[in-house]
Amino acid sequence: MTDTATTRAAEAGVTGAVVPPVDDEELAAGRASRPRGKRRLGPGRPLRFGYLVGPLLLLGVWVWGSAQGWIDPRVLTAPWTVAATAWDLWESGRLGPDLLVSARRFALGLVFGVLAGLALALVSGLSRWGEAVVDGPVQIKRSIPNLALLPLLLLWFGIDERMKIITIALGVLIPIYLHTHNGLRSIDGRYAELAETLRLKPAAFIGRVVLPGALPGFLLGMRFAVTSSWLSLVVVEQVNATSGIGYMMLLAGTYGQTDVIIVGLVLYALLGLASDTVVRLIQRRALSWRRTLED
Amino acid sequence: MAPHPGGLTATAAVQIRDLHRSFTDDRPVLSGLDLTIEAGEFVALLGRSGSGKSTLLRALAGLDQDASGTGDVVVPEQVSVVFQDSRLLPWQRVLRNVVLGLEGPGAVARGREALAEVGLAGRERAWPRELSGGEQQRAALARSLVREPELLLADEPFGALDALTRIKMHGLLRALYERHRPAVLLVTHDVDEAIALADRVLVLDHGVVKTERRIDLDGARDPSDPRFAAVRTELLAALGLAGGAEIKQEES
Repeated sequence: MTDTATTRAAEAGVTGAVVPPVDDEELAAGRASRPRGKRRLGPGRPLRFGYLVGPLLLLGVWVWGSAQGWIDPRVLTAPWTVAATAWDLWESGRLGPDLLVSARRFALGLVFGVLAGLALALVSGLSRWGEAVVDGPVQIKRSIPNLALLPLLLLWFGIDERMKIITIALGVLIPIYLHTHNGLRSIDGRYAELAETLRLKPAAFIGRVVLPGALPGFLLGMRFAVTSSWLSLVVVEQVNATSGIGYMMLLAGTYGQTDVIIVGLVLYALLGLASDTVVRLIQRRALSWRRTLED
Repeated sequence: MAPHPGGLTATAAVQIRDLHRSFTDDRPVLSGLDLTIEAGEFVALLGRSGSGKSTLLRALAGLDQDASGTGDVVVPEQVSVVFQDSRLLPWQRVLRNVVLGLEGPGAVARGREALAEVGLAGRERAWPRELSGGEQQRAALARSLVREPELLLADEPFGALDALTRIKMHGLLRALYERHRPAVLLVTHDVDEAIALADRVLVLDHGVVKTERRIDLDGARDPSDPRFAAVRTELLAALGLAGGAEIKQEES
C-alpha cells in the first residue's frame, strides 16, 4: 500500500497533477479500475424475454425462407397461409371446439398424472417398503412407450375420454415421480437430524422439510410433465378420436391439407412453449430462496 | 441406548453413568464415561479430534442411532441443539425457521421476541442466505432458546465464524445464558472460548473425562489476566500441549 502511495506521489510530482485522495479499496484493487457489475464466469444476467429469442428466430427463418421462395409451399406452407387457414378454421367454428377439447384433455391428464406421481414419489421416498413396492413398477412403466400401451388401454377403458385422460396421466406420472423422488432423496440428511432434535411431528416434517426440499425436483419434473402431456395428447388424438387438434390434423392428412396440419403443429408448439413458460415462472417465484447460476 | 427424560435428582440436568459408545469398527469412542451437569450449569467440553466430544453430545441429543453401546443417559424433557452450521432451512424465512415445529397462537410472537433477543429484530422475513454467518448462528440460537430448553447442547457453534464475530457471539451466548439459565454443554476446540464462557471445563481423552477444572475467575474473564493464562496453560497441558503457541497455530 505504501509503495503504491509513494508511486502516486512521485507521479504527481512529475506531472504536477493533483492526486485525489484514494481509499484503500481502490488501492487494493489496483489502479486500473475494473468495470463493475458483470460476472466473468457463468451465463451472465438473465435476459428479459430471453426465452422468446430462439422461437422467434425459427419463425424468422420460416418467414424469410418462404418470402424468398426457398421453401416450397408444398413442403412447408408459408406462415401467412397458415395464419390465414387458422383464421378460417376459427371463423368457421372448427378450431375453437377442437382446441377446447384438447385443452381439457391436457389439463385433466396433467392434474391426475401430477397427483398420482406426487403421491407415489412420497410413498416411495419416505418409506423403504413403499420404495420396494412402488419403484419397480414405475420403472417398468417408464420403459414402455405409451403408444405400445395404447391397444391395451383401448380394450380396458374403451375409446372415450377416460382412456385418453388415463393415457396422458400415465405419461405425466413418470417425470413427476422420478424428479420428485430424486429431489426428496437429495434433501440434506442434516435437516432430518434437525427435525429430529426439534421433535417435529411427521406432518410438520413433510410439510416444512420434505415437500419444500423436494420442490426444485418436482418443478423440474413439471417441465417434463407438461411437455409429456402435450405429446401424449397427439398420440391419443390421432388414434380413435373424433375431436381435438390431433384429430383435425389426422383428417387434414387424409385430404392432403398441409396448411391445416401446420396449423395443428404450430398450435402444439405454442401451447407447449406457453405451458413451459408458465412452469418456469412458477419455478422462479417458488424457488426465490435459492441463489443459483439461473439468477 | 436412547436418552430418556425423567428420573432426575433435584438439581442435576444431565446424569450419565458408565456410557460406552462405539461405531462399526469396534474401536470404542466412549468407554465408561460418567458425567453430571447441574441444572443451570455451563459446562465446556474440550478434547482433541476423535476424543469423543461429538459422540457424547450426540448421545445426549438422541442422535446416535448409528452408534452402539450401553450406559445410562438421563436428560431433561426440553433439549435444544445448536450445530456448527446454523442448519436453517434455506426454503423458510428466518422467523419460520425459528418457530419451526412450534404450535399454538403465541408461537410467532415468541419467535419474534427470540429474534429481537439475539439482535435480529427486523430480519424476520429474510431468507437464511441473506444473513451473514454470524447472523445465521444468531438465528439458530433464537431457534434453540424459543423452546425454553432445560439443556442446551452446542456442538462447536462458533467454529465456522471469524475471530471478531466469535468474540461478539461469546458475549451474546453468555448474556442469553444468564437470562434463561439452561444447563449448557458446549463442545469446542477453543480453550480460550471454554474458559471465557463456562463454569466448568472438562477435557475428554480416549472416551473418558480426563481433567475437570472449575473456572472461578469471578467475572474477570480477560485473556490478559494472569489467572486466565494459568488456567489456559493447565488445560493445554491436559490436552497434551505444553505451551499456548502451538495450539493457536493448530486452531487456525
